[in-house]
This record gives sequence, C-alpha cells and structure tokens, in this order.
Amino acid sequence: MCLAIPGQVVEFHADQPALVKVDVAGVRRNVNVGLLEDGELVLGDWVLIHVGFALSKVSEADAHEQLRMLRAMGEDELAIEEVRGYSFADDGERR
Amino acid sequence: MTMKYVDEFRDPALITAVAQEIARTVDPARHYRIMEVCGGHTHAIYRHGLHDVLPGNVELVHGPGCPVCVLPTGRVDDGLAIAAQPNVVLACFGDMMRVPGTKGTPLELKARGADIRMVYSPLDALKMAQDNPRTHVCFFAIGFETTAPSTALTLLRARELGVRNFSVFSNHVTIVPAMRAILDSPDMRLDGFVGPGHVSSIIGCRPFEFVAQHYGKPVVVAGFEPLDLLEGILMVLRQLRDGESKVENQYRRIVPWEGNHAALRALATVFELRPYFEWRGLGFISQSALKLKSDFAPWDSEVQFEVPGVRVTDPRAAQCGEILKGVLKPPQCKLFGKECNPEHPVGALMVSSEGACAAYYRYASTELRVEEEARA
Repeated sequence: MCLAIPGQVVEFHADQPALVKVDVAGVRRNVNVGLLEDGELVLGDWVLIHVGFALSKVSEADAHEQLRMLRAMGEDELAIEEVRGYSFADDGERR
Repeated sequence: MTMKYVDEFRDPALITAVAQEIARTVDPARHYRIMEVCGGHTHAIYRHGLHDVLPGNVELVHGPGCPVCVLPTGRVDDGLAIAAQPNVVLACFGDMMRVPGTKGTPLELKARGADIRMVYSPLDALKMAQDNPRTHVCFFAIGFETTAPSTALTLLRARELGVRNFSVFSNHVTIVPAMRAILDSPDMRLDGFVGPGHVSSIIGCRPFEFVAQHYGKPVVVAGFEPLDLLEGILMVLRQLRDGESKVENQYRRIVPWEGNHAALRALATVFELRPYFEWRGLGFISQSALKLKSDFAPWDSEVQFEVPGVRVTDPRAAQCGEILKGVLKPPQCKLFGKECNPEHPVGALMVSSEGACAAYYRYASTELRVEEEARA
C-alpha cells in the first residue's frame, strides 16, 4: 500500500499543469503533481510515485537505488503493473 | 553473523559495520522491544532477513501500519453493501480485493455479479465516473496519511469538474492515535519506535513528539532500504543507551521535519476527524480516522448511500488483534499457516504483503520450522 515508485519526469503539459509524464523502467504514464509545490520540478527530475501522485522529489542516485531494491525484492513487476494501470489521463493515445 | 540476502545490498560492508555498531550499543543484560510502525517496514524486515543481523535481545514488534490489516470486517461489509446497490460500481485498490467480509471478499462478490473493479489510483475511479455518466462510481478509500492526500485531491478535482456520479467511502486512518492507543495498552511493553517513512513525508516529524515527551520513548523516522532500517534501529538503541527520548529523522532525503504543506492543506480542506473509528484488533480509537467535511456531502458515500454500519466480531479462533498489537507473533496464532494462509486468508494480516502474517508466512516460516525441529 505504501509502495512508492521512482519515475523520471520526461514531459510537461502546458494545458494540464497538474499532470507530468514520467518514465518508470520504460513505461510512460502521466501522474498528478498536486502534492508538490508549483514550479518544484524540472525536466529530468526524479519523483516518488504513490497511487498516481508524485509524493516527493528524490535524487537520481536514490531513485536508481530504490529501483534496484524493488527488483531485489521482486516487486519491480508489481510497480510497473501499477504505473501501467494508471488510466486517468488516458485520452486514447496515452498522452 | 549470517545473512541471507547480503548480496543484494548496495554496500554489504556498510551493513556489516552498522550491525556491529548495534551489537556494541546494546546492553547484553537487557531485552529491547522496538516497534516498526509501518507495514512497509515489516515487509522489508522479513524480506531482507534483518532479524538475522540483529542481536538476539533486540526484538522487533510489528505495528499497526498496514491499511487493510486494521480495517474491521464491518467496514468491508459496508463497502460491499454499497456495491450491491443497483447501478453502482465499487472501485478499490488491489489490496482490498481479497479482504474477507462476512459474505465473502470483494473478489468473490464480483464473481457473483457485483460490479467491483480494481483501480491503481483514486483518479482512475473518478475517470471511470466521467466515462460512465449513468453509473455511480464509489471509491473504497483506504490508507494512512500517505494515501489520504491523493483522495483529497481527487475529491477537489471532482468538485471542480462537477462530477456528481462519484463518491468516496472514506476509511482513511491516522497513525498517531493508533500509536497512542498502543502506548496506553496495559499489555504492551515497548522501548521505542521506528517511525513510518512515507507517512512522515506528509505529516512531518513533529506529530511524534508526544511519544518522546509524554511517554519517554525514542522515535526514529526511517526509510525502507535495509541500511535505513538498521540505522533507524541503531539510532533508537543509542537513545536508550544514553537515557534519551527524542524524535530523530533518519529519512531526511524524503521527510521534511515540517511535512508536506500542499498535502496537509488538501487534507484540511476535504477531511475532518471522526469522533471515533474502529480498528481491527485495537478497538475503537477516538479521533483516529478521516471523514469528508459537510461541504463534500454530495461526494460522501456514507451520506449518499445507506450503509449498514454493523459491527462484526472477528472469527474467535483468529488472533489478529494480539498480533496487531505485537503481543503475539504470527506463528503463535492457532490458525497461522493452517486455516489461514495467503491463498485463503481468514484475517487481513494474511492478505496484504505488508501484513505481519503474510510477510512471516512468505519469508520466515521455513526458517522457524527448521529452528523448531532443531529444538525438538
């Protein structure tokens, strides 16, 4: 439940500032950034994701370590399945 | 010292060094009981076999920080009663799907025809409502302060968009009153706490100060990697050695002392404390759960639907309550590994990977059987 998944910010949306596209181990989905302060993120930043929301920023080194731990704990597939499952920003082309 | 999963660590030498420092810090004549509050910590402790690197007199007690584990059966029944209404979809997280209610789990009721769907985010449930304007979508919300802000932002979005066929059945709970209840429990002896990492990223460290000040117990907020957890335990043990009790933050890279202001604002806008709420195993705890404020009544499932609200006692043989309070270890329950197992859970502690029983069953039971055989 408190699984937090590291993802890298790869795209902003000028028309939907509450959403950013993140990349989690090659899977790209939009997540909500309403829990972060405005202007906190720049392209290439890493965030911890929980139930479709970015919980906090995280350093790149910590993000890689966390991904490695998820793999070691056999939970990377669960994490990727969760991110792949986010459908709230699905407008037909997974923008 | 043996350690099963040592190869997986970023820096095994560092783990060994912290373990040795722990061994030097403890008083061999004393027994230590330290509670890790968070279910994510419980899972990581078993998964990495951290018991193996701790001295025998340092006992880890598993706390109540597993959302589905503390949800009483009556609330599961209430959610399933909403799902039984005509033209309603009940949306819930995967963890909820196998939690037993009186008439079965959400998954079993779905097989019998109820429209129950799994979602990964509360925003998925809101999207489902927007895409199906003639159906009502009820989101079965569970979780501690890590998850509650996401529900709050989803409700704010629903109001902003004017989506009226969407509601939230709130079962969000707060960790601090549960810790207070455990500290006040007469059969509970604890020396200190490893505080929850992600919950604290929202609420900060300040809410734990009463534990240090009024109960004289150390609290160290820690991260989820093996080194984080061992460092957190070491910091608790150092305080105990030095006769101190304060709140410390091992997980500074994620947890700001003051918490996450945007999240706290969203929580304060949408939710208020319930006068009391029932926790499985811990009973009724005052001001320990969140309900929607009256401004959000149009999106409050408990206002929009009649829920039975019947209190259901746990199966008598199951000892979930004692395990949740740390009085018993999972294998000391009569049903553990027999009637109650991950395939057919009787109690919720066996459902979630963060539940002490599921973690113990998966990673520790073989080891225990070997130990028991050796003893016999």
